[in-house]
Amino acid sequence: MNSKSNNAEPDDGARPADKAMNHVARFDIFCRRYIEPEGNVVAELPEVTSDVDLLKRLYRQMVLTRVFDQKAIALQRTGRLGTYPSVLGQEAIGTGVASAMRDDDVLLPSFREHGAQLQRGVSIRELLLYWGGDERGSDFSGPRNDFPVCIPVGSHFPHAAGAALAIKLRGSDNVAVVIAGDGATSKGEFYEALNIAGVWQLPLLVVIANNQWAISVSRKEQTRARTLAQKAIAAGIPGEQVDGNDAVAVFTATMEALEAIRAGRGPHLIEALTYRLGDHTTADNASRYRDDEEVSLHWHEDPVSRLRDYLTAQNHWTKEDEQTLLEECRGQVDSEAEAYLAIPVQPVSAMFDHLFAVLPEPLKLQREYAMEAGKDDQNGGN
Amino acid sequence: MTKMAETDLLGAVNLALGRALQDDETTIVLGEDVGVNGGVFRATDGLQEKFGSARVLDTPLAECAIAGIAVGAATQGFRPVAEIQFAGFIYPVIDQVLNHASRLRTRTRGRLSCPMVLRAPYGGGVHAPEHHSESPEALFAHIPGLRVVIPSSPQRAYGLLLAAIRNPDPVVFLEPKRLYHALREDVTDDGKELPLDQPVYLRQGRDITLVTWGASTLEVLRAAEQLEAEGISTEVIDVATLSPLNDEPICASVEKTGRCIVVHEAARTGGFGAEIVARIADRSLTSLLAPVRRVTGYDTVIPLPRLEVKYMPGTRQIVDTAQEVMALS
Repeated sequence: MNSKSNNAEPDDGARPADKAMNHVARFDIFCRRYIEPEGNVVAELPEVTSDVDLLKRLYRQMVLTRVFDQKAIALQRTGRLGTYPSVLGQEAIGTGVASAMRDDDVLLPSFREHGAQLQRGVSIRELLLYWGGDERGSDFSGPRNDFPVCIPVGSHFPHAAGAALAIKLRGSDNVAVVIAGDGATSKGEFYEALNIAGVWQLPLLVVIANNQWAISVSRKEQTRARTLAQKAIAAGIPGEQVDGNDAVAVFTATMEALEAIRAGRGPHLIEALTYRLGDHTTADNASRYRDDEEVSLHWHEDPVSRLRDYLTAQNHWTKEDEQTLLEECRGQVDSEAEAYLAIPVQPVSAMFDHLFAVLPEPLKLQREYAMEAGKDDQNGGN
Repeated sequence: MTKMAETDLLGAVNLALGRALQDDETTIVLGEDVGVNGGVFRATDGLQEKFGSARVLDTPLAECAIAGIAVGAATQGFRPVAEIQFAGFIYPVIDQVLNHASRLRTRTRGRLSCPMVLRAPYGGGVHAPEHHSESPEALFAHIPGLRVVIPSSPQRAYGLLLAAIRNPDPVVFLEPKRLYHALREDVTDDGKELPLDQPVYLRQGRDITLVTWGASTLEVLRAAEQLEAEGISTEVIDVATLSPLNDEPICASVEKTGRCIVVHEAARTGGFGAEIVARIADRSLTSLLAPVRRVTGYDTVIPLPRLEVKYMPGTRQIVDTAQEVMALS
């Protein structure tokens, strides 16, 4: 079904005055933006921006994410990584959200949030190990309570509510932060989790990285709702939009939301507007369903050059700084990639060894058989 | 504090939940109507009053979220016991169980784990409305990394549920609701668990092995008595933990008797009986004196109450099948 058959604006419930129609409720959705493309300031900058080091950290982290992304695609194209979902164009969201989080918060990322994971302390080699097809990549040494990426879209919203419930029951002031895409908001788990989080006033922050595309289905084909942020309103939760390509806006909105949640004011939803500049994954070819022209237009919104332009205009960033940063990032990513490639394959027994805390007796025979059969390349080989 | 009291299977579930809440403050109970109302069957009766609404939580009506929240809380140091009101409503949560609860430990190489229990009343024979009589055990038994446990007496419900709650991995605990009030026995609320992964001999015999679980144990034990009167000695095994299946006692028994019938309420094709028969074929075929038979529900949708009794495997079918098997050798 194509929504193009109806070009009218979505109905947002406005009604003419009528004595039989008593006004019950009205809601507003605001979108926050401080820095627009080319680094121009469009609103009074928040207090945090006086900390130039913070802005530089945000910028460096976005560049690292992008360099990592380029490397991952190159490794995939040369047969040294599995199918990989690029985060190109969305770096401000992962970086901004994760930079505002505390170490003891819990992140539940979707499969595209490498930037958030990097900022949380998951190492580049661990990310590559995971996307290279090795479960040990999700046994990351950094944020030990963070979830691994969620592949079945949106099924991690309830986990985030559960993690938030654990936090609330423990009486601590950390927060569960879940990131998912626009397509995920069409799923039942999204509504179920938001609804319960509202009822129980859980310390939960939901971030929707709205990159306008769920593989080939555009944002307009995904929902008739004017915004995704308004879906929170239905659950009695504050929802807001933020320019997801403005790292300062993402960071500030997240910081404010987390402070409110820590103060006991219940869950919050941020819809971060961005654009998926790359294919859905390395197995996808986006030119089958969207115009190159549309993609080119969105390069103008690029979050990385936007913050660089701002920093440059403020005389906080030079061409030499840029050159040095790129060399550092490339050096770090290359050496981590080498380290990843040097990690030997797990033993066959690893299939069994983490299935249960203690391998049940009935499975021990299968484990022994698998180890014997796996000695050469015949078992399961092609 | 230990007290012994006569109770039914439902009461034993209630005792075990209370004991688990008492012994471990990380245990929480959640589900639809489990709080003030004490559950639609009263399995959680009085628990919210005793342990508070922070530990016995009434959830909104959302099965997926109930299971998913249990997953999330379990990874962060809690032991959630989530109730799905009827097994007929458990199908939306298979995604949460299959994609998440059962594989988080594997996915993270042991970094995160999921010590949670998903309880649900299951099975037919109580004249319930549509979608209230399903037996989905085989669906769950096919999921690696998950335990499927089914009690068949009050004492076993108490001991197995405690073991399930204390287990470091996820357990689907299916309660045969036809047994909720069917039998009473003394249950000692001593906090002692029964071993998981361990089939239970309900009766020792020499001629034929009857393998079953859940509410069908009633008909199987009745059939065993009738057969005994006819001079046919049966061994009855309650599988209790369907997955991971410990086939050792089943095969040992079949090697002794040379004959076996598997009895279950769920539809036959792809039912869990097929797995048991396959294990016997694999390990004990040469000991068999007759083909292994199944007495099960038909490969049909379980009918509404007026026809339901014709669907349920009955004592007579078991007796008849046993006589046929005996006549073959």
